Amino acid sequence: MTQLSGWGRFRPVETTLRRVRSQEDVAAALTKGPLIARGNGRSYGDSAVNPALTLDMKGMDRMLSFDPDTGILVAEAGVLLADVIARFLPRGWFPAVTPGTKFVTLGGAIAADVHGKNHHIDGSFGSFVDWIDVMDATGHVTRAVPNTDLYGWTLGGMGLTGVILRTQIRLRQVESGYILQDMRATQTLDATIDMMEATLRAPYSVAWLDCVTQGPMMGRGLVMLGRHAPVDALPPTDRARPFNVRPKRTLRLPVDLPAMALNGITRHAFNAAYYWNGRRKPGERLVDWDTYFYPLDAILDWNRGYGKAGFVQFQCVLPQDTARAGLHALMEAISRSGEASVLSVLKRMGRQAGRISFPMAGYTLALDFPANERSLRLMNRLDAITVDHGGRFYLAKDARMPQQVLDAADPRVAGFRAMRAERGLSDVFRSTQSDRLGL
Amino acid sequence: MSGAVLILGASSDIARATARTFAAKGHRIQLAARDTARLEADKADLETRFGVPVSLHRVDALDIDSHMGFVDSLPELPQIAVCAIGVLGDQADSAADMSRAVQVMRSNFEGPASLLGVLANAMETRGSGTLVGISSVAGDRGRASNYIYGSAKAGFTTYLSGLRNRLASKGVHVVTVLPGFVATQMTEGMDLPARLTASPEEVADAILAAVQREQEVIYVRRIWRLIMFVIRSIPEVIFKKTSI
Repeated sequence: MTQLSGWGRFRPVETTLRRVRSQEDVAAALTKGPLIARGNGRSYGDSAVNPALTLDMKGMDRMLSFDPDTGILVAEAGVLLADVIARFLPRGWFPAVTPGTKFVTLGGAIAADVHGKNHHIDGSFGSFVDWIDVMDATGHVTRAVPNTDLYGWTLGGMGLTGVILRTQIRLRQVESGYILQDMRATQTLDATIDMMEATLRAPYSVAWLDCVTQGPMMGRGLVMLGRHAPVDALPPTDRARPFNVRPKRTLRLPVDLPAMALNGITRHAFNAAYYWNGRRKPGERLVDWDTYFYPLDAILDWNRGYGKAGFVQFQCVLPQDTARAGLHALMEAISRSGEASVLSVLKRMGRQAGRISFPMAGYTLALDFPANERSLRLMNRLDAITVDHGGRFYLAKDARMPQQVLDAADPRVAGFRAMRAERGLSDVFRSTQSDRLGL
Repeated sequence: MSGAVLILGASSDIARATARTFAAKGHRIQLAARDTARLEADKADLETRFGVPVSLHRVDALDIDSHMGFVDSLPELPQIAVCAIGVLGDQADSAADMSRAVQVMRSNFEGPASLLGVLANAMETRGSGTLVGISSVAGDRGRASNYIYGSAKAGFTTYLSGLRNRLASKGVHVVTVLPGFVATQMTEGMDLPARLTASPEEVADAILAAVQREQEVIYVRRIWRLIMFVIRSIPEVIFKKTSI
């Protein structure tokens, strides 16, 4: 038995963690009762734990084929995006969609149908998934292809349609390992939204919001636009080796920080970045891929920064027509509570198909709070505001939402439950989260 | 560095990690195990990740008579051979049933010794090569909890030491790898202390470094050299009453 939690380290669960190395191992595990597959444990809440049996998919981490002409990769579910980048960026290929950490498995990226800074243009991870091998409760494997029920429910289905074994994904061809980043500071929340609407053609776009500073400046932000740098944008000396990015130093948090520490650190970091940026000349500058896409990965175990109790993420998406009002309401609620979200990220999302995937056209706001009574009460309030504005919630972040909130926010859940019951999945593929949400 | 690397017992976690570590350095890889069907995905992985040629070979460690033929059948005599063959067995079963005990002994000593012996002769003739034997700290002292496995590993460790001595002037280097706890399939479900437990990747990195630096005997993690020194130093009259 082992204590296991999500990345937020909130409410660990006692479970048996069993590593699988092959399809046969997964089939054997299915005879042992209810289980959930776990990738690299980077979902924040209780999506990838189960008090009975948690399958550690990292033993299935083989890359099976790659076509250098098309960028099509076939791989087992336990392969990390970090490995994909390490092997294929030097050959000119990058993940077409990546979340804010490279330490996710392909299976986890599919289960959460993760999105990245290019969602407004390219959609979610699933847009680049050609097929998914899924093992059902009887050990039978189906190759799910687009426009089928199984494919649709598996993208964003949080591993509850079966165990994701293998997938074929399409990578994106890039000319260099660098991003041309254009960072723009805004003075208010409305200005941040306006800026994001005005820059919809930028391939990558995300805003870091200041939710710590109180008053009218709350919601001011740094809008970070980016595009893959062509070779001729690099300094002449680097053009011969455009993918050669110096490996970054990583730090590791060796101890749990007191829960208070991060608010202060972030406030100062934000203010420093904001001030510094304001003094800089506007325009694009070169940033390496690791710094641009994965700033937090440079601090391994950064989740220990919130102390022993851990932290809880809140991420909702609001539809385009209510987003502005909804974001103001969310900000006011945070401000009134006296809690401060340490890292607040705002992102414009594009249209999204999908049976159960999180994104929709509009704005997604991601917040994180140290786990304590006050912030949990605040999140109940944020739940209500989201539901009132027609928004919904990201299950890869959720660790505490009650079932009624999910049901009120997302009418698609009824269909998901019916599908689970009909396919005999409800009793076999279960996580602590699916039990909590009655999925 | 170049030259082919043969991995014996290629389906184990340490073997898989070792194959990746050498493939990442550009070595051609020969994977050998009893069941080659299980190795197809690993072959694809090494080829896809690292773009090196990989071949699969069936080998049965306990079928001693087949070993010469096995080595002859390889596409080329490897520059480096890593033996990761071994089974932990169950000490209680082994103690109760000597036929099981003998099976464990043969799998951990006789089979690996025979395979490395055949390879040693071929490398000696060629005048170059490196042999890597993965033994265990369990071979450093017999303990009630695993002396069947441990005694076989002790035999293997001694065998490697002898090979090294014999081949030292023949251009063939021998590395003895003594892992302590390693988080693998073999130890899954055991409650191992994190500080003393290596990952398969750590063992693989240590093997690569030992081959490159021509080290003789390595412990992984290194703290095990000290631990085993202490354990070996306890007088038998006291040791027999302990349960380490």
